[in-house]
Amino acid sequence: MAKFLPLAQAVAENLNDGDIAAFEGFTHLIPTAAAHEAIRQNFRDLTLIRMTPDLVYDQMIGMGMAKKVIFSYAGNPGVGLLRRMRDAIENGFPHPIAIEEHSHAAMANAYEAGAAGLPCAIFRGYRGAGLAEVNPNIRHVTCPFTGEVLAAVPALRPDVSFIHAQKANKRGDVLVEGIIGIQKEAVLAAKRAVVTVEEVVDDFDDLHPNLTVLPAWTVTAIAVVPGGSHPSYTQGYYARDNAAYLEWDAIAADRDRFREWMQKNVIEAGVEDFAGRVANLRKAA
Amino acid sequence: MSAFTPNEMMTIAASRALKNDDVCFVGIGAPSAACNVARLTHAPDITLIYESGTIGTAPDVLPLSIGDGELCETATTTVSVPEMFRYWLQGGRISIGFLGAAQIDKFGNINTTVIGDYHHPKTRLPGGGGAPEIATSSQQVYITMAQSRRGMVETIAFYTSFGHGEGGDHRQRLGIDTQGPTLLITDLAIWKPDPVTKEFTVVSLHPGVTREQVQDTCGWPVKFADDVAVTPPPTELELRTLRDLKARTDAAHKGQATTA
Repeated sequence: MAKFLPLAQAVAENLNDGDIAAFEGFTHLIPTAAAHEAIRQNFRDLTLIRMTPDLVYDQMIGMGMAKKVIFSYAGNPGVGLLRRMRDAIENGFPHPIAIEEHSHAAMANAYEAGAAGLPCAIFRGYRGAGLAEVNPNIRHVTCPFTGEVLAAVPALRPDVSFIHAQKANKRGDVLVEGIIGIQKEAVLAAKRAVVTVEEVVDDFDDLHPNLTVLPAWTVTAIAVVPGGSHPSYTQGYYARDNAAYLEWDAIAADRDRFREWMQKNVIEAGVEDFAGRVANLRKAA
Repeated sequence: MSAFTPNEMMTIAASRALKNDDVCFVGIGAPSAACNVARLTHAPDITLIYESGTIGTAPDVLPLSIGDGELCETATTTVSVPEMFRYWLQGGRISIGFLGAAQIDKFGNINTTVIGDYHHPKTRLPGGGGAPEIATSSQQVYITMAQSRRGMVETIAFYTSFGHGEGGDHRQRLGIDTQGPTLLITDLAIWKPDPVTKEFTVVSLHPGVTREQVQDTCGWPVKFADDVAVTPPPTELELRTLRDLKARTDAAHKGQATTA
């Protein structure tokens, strides 16, 4: 049953060195505050899963927290490359990382298989694709009914998944709306789930009955962090800070500038700073 | 007719290839601009789908990412990412997959993964995202990119997404029953695959462009069709629509900065 906790405690209780962790959000609802808290607590040897690693994994990799990344698109969406991740892959800086690379279709199916309690996902994919030759976790099965050869990848089963969501009610049920991405599957595939929310409301009684709701008993901990997905966005609360994504490209391009930025904006900052970062973006939502 | 840039000609030529009844899976960047120009001019009922799950979206400004809020707010519906790839793409409901490319070869195979050896890369690029399955599950694939010798190469370093492979019937030999790349629109020309060899062949040059320019910016010996047409220049409406869209987009993506 979901416990309401301060973010620092929610992260400390649910993330461990060496864990397989997913900080999910498909452009929308990226759990930046939770990732920054994990950076402040300096976890090591993490296997990081995410379809679109994005800025927070660039930051975690650049801070030396990752030993492996499982992903399907390692870019700064609409801007370009992830320069800290590139530095780790190309130059082993700050240390080498292992990668397991998939397509979006494979990752989405693999999360779904994890949520469904299956050992693997089966789908029509990777036909003619180079990834099938370099990733030994991309294999094939033959349909027993039609003989069609289909792609198979292992299910994703994180030790812990972190997501951001719009709101929880007082019982701890969690509502996700807008671009729902892979949030539900990431939670249901994981052994533990930590959710940051914009706000807590009394109940969900007046909401549409088919909205995406994660019942309280599927969530381990909830932390209330207004602005917690900045520079991503939360539909209905604040808009995406596109300028911050554009700026990140220059920050991450330089190792020293990156460290300075992290020191000032993450290490010496706190969970309470997120609300201020979205103040000017609220009217735009 | 006012002056236009090669990039504008590329986007407008690409937009013309889309039809009102198309269901188009839209890649970010140049494809996104072309698809929205089509929607704002001759194809108002086109269904635009972005991989973030937004179906039938009609953004007023071009999204910076495939998951901007604008896409969801203007969509007919928004589904989860697994549903997007399983029911809508794998299920065969996409008529056109529209992709950009960092590197392409003459058979429409695309590399957006790596330059150099995969395990010890010279340059690590973002990777494929949705492209490997868009390229094989969409009924047809359109590709748009600006020409350069770095981008249009004899041999690509990595098959991020499969086009016509080694040409001919390579798709059928792999059991792929969709058409694959049927159109390549660059800043200089319109290319279509040869019906037999599947090699991309220039069928139309944009106004003022010479065959030499096309060859000088392409890393393989270019084949030209027997009758090479001249692409009609942008109309006033097309050009105004594209420029207005770009201006709205630039205004929307600037000036929001607080610290990240």
